[in-house]
Formats: sequence, structure tokens, C-alpha cells
Amino acid sequence: MSNKEWPLWEVFIRSKQGLNHKHVGSLRAPDATLALANARDVYTRRSEGISIWVIESNNVHASDPSDADSLFEPSDTKVYRHPTFYEVPDGIKHM
Amino acid sequence: MNMKPMDLQELEKRFQEKIDKEIKIEPNDWMPDEYRKTLIRQISQHAHSEIVGMLPEGNWITRAPNLRRKAVLLAKVQDEAGHGLYLYSSVETLGADREATIDDLHSGKAKYSSIFNYPAVTWADIGTIGWLVDGAAIMNQVALCRCSYGPYARGMVKICKEESFHQRQGFESLVTLCNGTPTQKAMAQDAMNRFWWPSLMMFGPSDDESPNSAQSMKWKIKRFSNDELRQSFVDATVPQAEILGLTIPDPNLKWNEETGHYDFSPINWDEFWQVVKGNGPCNKERIEARTKAKEEGMWVREAAMAYAEKRALKKTA
Amino acid sequence: MKNEALYNYVLRLGDDSLILGQRLGEWCGHGPILEEDIAMTNISLDLIGQAMSLLDYVGEIEGQGKDHDALAFLRFENEYRNALLLEQPNGDFANTMMRQFLFDAFRKPLYEKLLESTDQQIAAIAEKSLKETKYHLKHSSEWIIRLGDGTDESHQRAQTALDLLWRYTDELFFETADDVSLVASGIVPSMNEIKTQWSKTVQSVLEEATLVIPTNNWQFEGGRRGIHSEHLGFLLADLQYMQRAYPNMKW
Ligand SMILES: [Fe+2]
Ligand SMILES: [Fe+2]
Repeated sequence: MSNKEWPLWEVFIRSKQGLNHKHVGSLRAPDATLALANARDVYTRRSEGISIWVIESNNVHASDPSDADSLFEPSDTKVYRHPTFYEVPDGIKHM
Repeated sequence: MNMKPMDLQELEKRFQEKIDKEIKIEPNDWMPDEYRKTLIRQISQHAHSEIVGMLPEGNWITRAPNLRRKAVLLAKVQDEAGHGLYLYSSVETLGADREATIDDLHSGKAKYSSIFNYPAVTWADIGTIGWLVDGAAIMNQVALCRCSYGPYARGMVKICKEESFHQRQGFESLVTLCNGTPTQKAMAQDAMNRFWWPSLMMFGPSDDESPNSAQSMKWKIKRFSNDELRQSFVDATVPQAEILGLTIPDPNLKWNEETGHYDFSPINWDEFWQVVKGNGPCNKERIEARTKAKEEGMWVREAAMAYAEKRALKKTA
Repeated sequence: MKNEALYNYVLRLGDDSLILGQRLGEWCGHGPILEEDIAMTNISLDLIGQAMSLLDYVGEIEGQGKDHDALAFLRFENEYRNALLLEQPNGDFANTMMRQFLFDAFRKPLYEKLLESTDQQIAAIAEKSLKETKYHLKHSSEWIIRLGDGTDESHQRAQTALDLLWRYTDELFFETADDVSLVASGIVPSMNEIKTQWSKTVQSVLEEATLVIPTNNWQFEGGRRGIHSEHLGFLLADLQYMQRAYPNMKW
């Protein structure tokens, strides 16, 4: 019975022109057309969006949280990627 | 994995450290089984409450006294469906299946807020539900916006934003009744008399009767105790009732200078437990209505699925 | 009344929205799945909103100070002018969607034409309503296609609904002798144009849905003249309950 239930979709909404689509939640739908329609009805009842993406949840691949140290911490030590790493003499402007 | 496996104690210790530092727990993060189970239970109960809560108010949509109130009520009840959906979404991030949790509701295994087992018999009940029931729910939900589980906390933030109109529309409706004819005022008082105590019961058993509370507080699934929230609700609501000119059905209700809070009579916990166990005035009807919707919707869901499969086949063929 | 033809015309529009909005409201909390429950309530909300604007305008044309509520709640049964199709009970989801589809396919081209109405107020209402109606038609068409071309059971249910409701479709294009003057002055389109478009939409969607238009084209009418089915009385008993039981009060 449960294999006849509709698959889960992740919903992303662009709230206004110039901003990225942002994940807002999920819903059930049998196909992409109805997923979009449902997303409109469920997640934009208060003019929250001007554009919607939906993606079937089983197509989302996530990084493993237990790998987080090896994935993300190495970049913490690369302080030279940030402008504040460099000293500039007083009085220099527009840099 | 390239690290040596951590023992359970170490994992639990790190988990608690994160919680203590107010770092949110996200779906794929390690969490104790008991934390996951507690959340699944609590969030799905919360979701069921939103959905079952549509029924008492929903039954007044066709009878709303004017078109503005009809539209407001439709929008409000629809919001509750949305809330249920947001919450089922967060349950699913914990690996629970939405339809399976709904089946638990229908079989009686899962609970929902006992308030929705009381009937909405007059139009004044609709205003009163918005004011007291949504008011009490908001009190709970605002506290949950800081819950340690990310998806639940984010869902709560969204829900709280939407809830703000629910309580207001209810209060506004009661203001109209209380400034109306004596018949209307009496209707409002009657609704108050029936909904006051069940609303106080919404916060759940007293702290000393609530065994899971301590662990939930430690995990920051819960941020305030049942009694604390109940007291805040009473303190906030009494002055509002005064403005309406409605009498709260509690002879012992009075301001306590010393504590800075209102004192009120003990709650009838026998009634509470009876309703929770299924013996409220409408438990049977509520579950029947939801079960019927799901069963009668089965062929619709199957049809859409069959169509999608046919289309997918055509595409690949 | 100064403009009885216009009054009657707008009243029909308003009553169609009101009665269908009321019917859809009955689904709230009982939909086949949560997502669809929310979708149907959205449509109901749109229709109630349209009914408010349209009936307000009816009151204005009448000129006796009636607002949408006075018109929506305080008329007798034979004063309602909605088409019979819209007061038919919800039945199952297939029946509700079929009723919706047959109506949306009519409403969309009608609003498209009313956009060009020489009557500013009608044009303004049409502009707002058309956006909503386009979405309603898309929604109901998608469902008719899925139900018709889904499982054997859903096909059967959709066909049964079509067979049952087809007899109420001609009435949608009801036109009185008075309407001719409205058409002549560019206030409303002729129903011939609308029917052509309606037929096109209906045929193409039903074909995709593998559904068959009934061969028996025996049609019912009456709603537009105030002669209704037994169902309207019960609908009004709910709709008017508060206003009748507690007359002259503000809510
Ligand atoms: Fe809610
Ligand atoms: Fe609410």
C-alpha cells in the first residue's frame, strides 16, 4: 500500500527578484506538475514567492555530517583567502 | 569511515555539548535514539493536532454568518492544514513516514491535542477557539521556535508568523459579539464557559505528573514547563477577557500581588485523562472523519500515481 | 430599476461564484490528501472573493443600499440565479473536479471577454478574477486528465461524473432577450463565442483524459430563471442559517 503513496519533493522558493531560491520545506506529489501546483498552494499562500523549484527528495544527495571535519575544517585555516588577513598602510582608500 | 568508531557515551556527550551551546541538530547529524523517538512522537502529535483541529472549525465554514467571516475562516482552517503539512515534513526528516504516522493517528496509537475533542456548537465557539485555543497554541509554539531540532524550530517560526492572525480574528469576532445584542453576548459567554478549562488543559499535565519533561528540557526539545506556559497564558488572557466583559468561569481566579501572577482553581485532571484516552465528546467523530478522508482519497492518490507511472514509461519508451 | 439587464447578468456571475465557493468549502478538512485539501480551499477562497465583488456591484446597480451580504444571505431560493451545475452536491472527488472543470472552461473565456467590457467595473473584476480562473482551469484540467487516464476505478468515476453533469452544461450559456442589448453596447460578449471556446477546451482535455462525451444530449435548465434542484434548499439552509436564526445582527 505505501508504495502507492506519493513521493516526497523538496520545495525551493525565490521570494523576490534578485534572491536565490531557498529551501522552504517538502510535500507529497505524484509528479512534477502537481508538485509545482501543490508547492504554490502550500508554500505561497501569503505572496512568499515569485518562482518555485521542486526536486524529488530522493534525488538530493547530502554530504555526511561525520565527514564535516575533513570537508570543511581545512578551509578554516586558509585565512589568507580573506581580505582582513592583509595589512594595508593607513590612509589607503578604496581597497 | 576513516576515524575509529566513537563509543556511544562519547557521542552522547558531544551531542549534549552541542545542545548546551545552542547549536541546532540537523537531520543527518548523529542523535540518541531516544531523542529521535521523542521528537517523532512530539512533532507528529503536533501535526495531527493541526489536522484534527481543522474539523471543529471546519464544520462552521458553510454556516459562517457573512462572507468576510467565511473567507477568514476558510483561510484560517486552510492555514492549519498547511501547519500540519509543515510539521509532517519535519517528521519525515527524522526518517518517519508521513502516511505511517497518520495511520497511527487513525488506529488510536498516536495522540493529538485533546481540545479538538470538544464540539463547536455555536458561532461564538469559532471566535473563542481562535482567541483561547490558538492563543494557547501560540504560547506553546513561540517557545518551540528555539527547539534544538533545526527543522522543527524552523517550521515553528513559519507557523508562528501565520498564527498571529488566527488569534486576532478570533478576538475580533468576539469583540463584535460582546458589543452586539444581549443574545450575542450570551452566546460569547456560553462559549467561554465551555472552552476555558479545556484550553488550560492544552498545556498538558502538571510538571510533577509529566515524567518525560526533564529529559525534554535537557535536550531543549521543550524550553518551558507545562505549568509555566499555562501560567503565562492565564496571565495574558485574563485582562483580555476583562476587555470583552466576559466572566472567566473560575470563582477562585484572582490576582496575587506576591507572586505577580493570577491564582486559579485546580484543573479537573480526571476529565483531561478521560478525553486523552478517547472518552471526550467528539473523539470518535474526529478520528472517523479523518479516516474516511484518507480511505476515500485512496483511489485519487492511486490514480495520480498510476498516471505518473504511465507518463514516465512513455517518456523512456 | 435603471438597468435590470445588467443587474440580472452580474447577479448570475455573482451567484455562480457564491454557490460553487460554498460547495468547495464543504471539502475543507476532508480532502483526499492534505495538499489537495489546501488547493480546493484556495479555489473556494477565490470564488468567495469574486462573489463579494460581484454582489457588491449588483447592489450598486440595484441602488437600494444592499451589500454583498444582504444579497448572499437574504434572498429566497427562487431569487438565486446560479446555474444548476454549481449547486450539484460534491459527490466524490471526480464529481467535484468534473463540475469544476466544466465551469472553469466556461469562466475563463468569459472573463477574457469581460476584460474588454465597456463597463469599467466589470472589466476590473474580470481582470482580477481571470488570473485566479486560469489557475483553477489548469488545476481542474490536470486532475481530469489524471483521473480519466489513471486507474480503471478513477476512469470509471470520472466518466460517471461526466455522464451525470453533462446535462447541466448548456445552461451555462443561457442568454435572455435583455442580454442582447448588453452585447450590443459592448458590456458583455455573446455566449456563442464563449461556447465555441468552451467546447474546444472541453474536447481536448476530455480526449487526453480518455473520457467520452455522453451521446444523450438531453439538457436541464432552470437555475438561471430561479427554478432550482432540490439541492439548493439544503445548501441555503446552511449558508443562511445564522442570518435567518439571528436576524439583523452584526457579526
Ligand atoms: Fe496552527
Ligand atoms: Fe491556528
